[in-house]
Amino acid sequence: MLQEESDLSLIIAQIVQKLKGSNLYSQLERQAWASLQRPEIKLESLKEDIKEFFKISGWEKKLQNAVYSELSVFPLPSHPAAPPEHLKEPLVYMRKAQGSWEKRILKSLNSMCTELSIPLARKRPVGEQKELLNKWNEMGTDEPDLSLFRPVYAPKDFLEVLINLRNPNYENGDSLSFRTHLGLIQIPLKVKDIPELKECFVELGLNTGQLGIDDSTQVPPELFENEHVRIGQKVLAEQDSAAAQQYIRQGSPTALRAELWALILNISSEPEDVLYYEQLKTNVIQHDLLVDSLIYKDVKLTASNDDYYFVFEDYLYQVLLCFSRDTSVLSHFAYNSASPPKSYIRGKLGLEEYAVFYPPNGVIPFHGFSMYVAPLCFLYHEPSKLYQIFREMYVRFFFRLHSISSHPSGIVSLCLLFETLLQTYLPQLFYHLREIGAQPLRISFKWMVRAFSGYLATDQLLLLWDRILGYNSLEILAVLAAAVFAFRAVNLMEVTSLAAAEAVLADLSTLKVMPLLQIFLFATVT
Amino acid sequence: MWALPVVLRQCLWIMAGKVKWVTDIEKSVLINNFEKRGWVQVTENEDWNFYWMSVQTIRNVFSVETGYRLSDDQIVNHFPNHYELTRKDLMVKNIKRYRKELEKEGSPLAEKDENGKYLYLDFVPVTYMLPADYNLFVEEFRKSPSSTWIMKPCGKAQGKGIFLINKLSQIKKWSRDSKTSSFVSQSNKEAYVISLYINNPLLIGGRKFDLRLYVLVSTYRPLRCYMYKLGFCRFCTVKYTPSTSELDNMFVHLTNVAIQKHGDDYNHIHGGKWMVSNLRLYLESTRGKEVTSKLFDEIHWIIVQSLKAVAPVMNNDKHCFECYGYDIIIDDKLKPWLIEVNASPSLTSSTANDRILKYNLINDTLNIVVPNGEIPDCKWNKSPPKEVLGNYEILYDEELAQGDGADRELRSRQGQSQGPRAGRSRDSGRTVLTTWK
Repeated sequence: MLQEESDLSLIIAQIVQKLKGSNLYSQLERQAWASLQRPEIKLESLKEDIKEFFKISGWEKKLQNAVYSELSVFPLPSHPAAPPEHLKEPLVYMRKAQGSWEKRILKSLNSMCTELSIPLARKRPVGEQKELLNKWNEMGTDEPDLSLFRPVYAPKDFLEVLINLRNPNYENGDSLSFRTHLGLIQIPLKVKDIPELKECFVELGLNTGQLGIDDSTQVPPELFENEHVRIGQKVLAEQDSAAAQQYIRQGSPTALRAELWALILNISSEPEDVLYYEQLKTNVIQHDLLVDSLIYKDVKLTASNDDYYFVFEDYLYQVLLCFSRDTSVLSHFAYNSASPPKSYIRGKLGLEEYAVFYPPNGVIPFHGFSMYVAPLCFLYHEPSKLYQIFREMYVRFFFRLHSISSHPSGIVSLCLLFETLLQTYLPQLFYHLREIGAQPLRISFKWMVRAFSGYLATDQLLLLWDRILGYNSLEILAVLAAAVFAFRAVNLMEVTSLAAAEAVLADLSTLKVMPLLQIFLFATVT
Repeated sequence: MWALPVVLRQCLWIMAGKVKWVTDIEKSVLINNFEKRGWVQVTENEDWNFYWMSVQTIRNVFSVETGYRLSDDQIVNHFPNHYELTRKDLMVKNIKRYRKELEKEGSPLAEKDENGKYLYLDFVPVTYMLPADYNLFVEEFRKSPSSTWIMKPCGKAQGKGIFLINKLSQIKKWSRDSKTSSFVSQSNKEAYVISLYINNPLLIGGRKFDLRLYVLVSTYRPLRCYMYKLGFCRFCTVKYTPSTSELDNMFVHLTNVAIQKHGDDYNHIHGGKWMVSNLRLYLESTRGKEVTSKLFDEIHWIIVQSLKAVAPVMNNDKHCFECYGYDIIIDDKLKPWLIEVNASPSLTSSTANDRILKYNLINDTLNIVVPNGEIPDCKWNKSPPKEVLGNYEILYDEELAQGDGADRELRSRQGQSQGPRAGRSRDSGRTVLTTWK
């Protein structure tokens, strides 16, 4: 009991510390001072009266949402004496692996830089700045010569790194047993099995109404949909983050989704936020970064060719170019196993005073990165709001999909979860695919790294991302990947090569996500 | 086999009961559909059952001099005087006439607002025929001299010959000040319509787009029409700007794929096309469900009204059906405008998805108009069972609407009209008209 209490006070102290530096704190302070003018605030009962005022005016709710947000995002150290690296990643061998991967990426970036003789960053001449400003809303029509640029890495390169990850403390022994993991990932992390997943995702059960299933045209809306929409509107009226997160586990009505996501991510578009975005835009105009070309190339290769997202090409540039320059993103490296690459001012290599993070936000885009932003364009058409939502989604979820860590939502765990589910519950299929040289992870990896963006139809993808937000976890991606394999098992059993297996799973655009998940979790005999 | 006399051969064919088809449009999406049904290709001089013809051919079939009578087992894919709907000037004329008629009857549909604009029937941009209405046009032009107008030749398609003007001097040659003799009437090719250009189109991703919707009409009296659920949006490749300097840039203003295809940024994977379901998702997510449903309801409404407008003048030949391509533009107030109706929507496929869509479109069309794929009998009641509709849904069925409301229990989801429905408040007096939510 005592331990829990002291843990709690530690947690409270840390959150208070964090919030004290936030905009909300100064707003609350201002509001408290202003409230002194109000007649109901009496000197004798000052504290209670102000508290009451906050409750009625909705400020308490905002504070509650902020606290909830902190709890969701910031993992708290298990032990007060734990060093900061443990917050990033507790396992040493993982940290080391991430470190070497980063070195490789940076080397690749630097060599591209040298090969093409392009500086990592340069200030734009005034003429160019003016031109870019004019073109800001239609950067897609720009046709810079990108043929010499290559993406720094693609998901399959990253997969190779994960396959070769080993825990030096773990000795498997030579003998094969039923416990032997037959997949590509050979790391002994704990992952959930179906009974545990059922408990975790209890709201996806067969007896609970879901959007994505119970709102189809054959089901009368009175049975579930109308009531669900009504509750959603109520949640929005209350502006309660925690309630929204609980609500969205059953899916969000399309008309309410934009607001619900903003509420859960605790994004409100204050004038300061718009100003901040404009400031980032100015940074883009003034300086040209090498990563800009990488971003251009990525958008041109992926989103521009996508049936759903090509329309929003210009928004993607506007978001991603600003994202690269946003130094506030650096704070997420406190709990990300990755670290921002460091670069040195020309001629001052190794001198810490001349070290800068490159790119300014510390995130080097890879092939497919722009697909994290694309689906959001269906929800937000105002650039600064779109930007804020993307940034928050990135620092809460997406970063875990391309950094090496032991976190249950990290890509390593997701891969292991996927393979374990397949091996345990579809052993025949798993074994068959392995025999023909088509390890399932080789096909599903790219789905999970992109959180299925670009593979599912947009309305289905949004239903999936609803659940990511609702459960504050990415495990559902691994479950869906396994469910897709289960769905196409019959065809997959007949293929005889990796290429043929890829072909069976090439087109996921007709899949309905929620029925697949429900059947896999709740209707399969385990 | 070939030694048998022709007559005997033909008898054998008839006994085989296979539909004999002809087409003068060599498109794979058509031919593949005919072949997959096991139909037999013949030439137009032989006995055929199904002729998918171009608009030139239909003119010949039904013309006074060269035309011939069709027999009961022959169907064609155009109505004889489809141009009442598909020629830009005639469409406008018919709609104007229809509105006036309703007004005269005192129908609530013809209600006007305080500015004299029709509340429910104002769905075609202000249009004039040139040179006939030149003076009327000038009067209108002078009322708002900064407006832009779009000139379209009456008889052309695919965006050919279209240009934008914002100064009277640009259309001087259509004025009637040249005193030509009254017998020298301008040939049809010179006739133009000039419409108020919608310079506030709804933009998505900063780009202008229009909607292409397919509507199948199997009979005009009673009116029975179906809407293909898989319509699409055609996006311009260049950012929209109402700036006058870009008036000449057709890539900004015209959404026809025939034009966009030649732009620098044309993409052959998606072809600048978006499914209508994406549009719906986007609008619901960013604008809300009610206004989106209202928009789609209005789109269905204007299609049905346009068909009703021409129904009285249409030659409702029982051998005919027609699949129209409706072009609709949505403005930034989410109001849909009918731009034009195409009798021969393009069957060319610009992308792989396009090919699949058009193939399925023809497939579903054939399933409806040639029941069971058997030799047609144009005396049938043209009421296909629900199962064969495929991706079509009933847009309006006059017979059902006139029925005693047995179909009022039909559920509607998300604003899709699936047939007649009870009680639309602004339509209280007219039980014959379809109403939907």
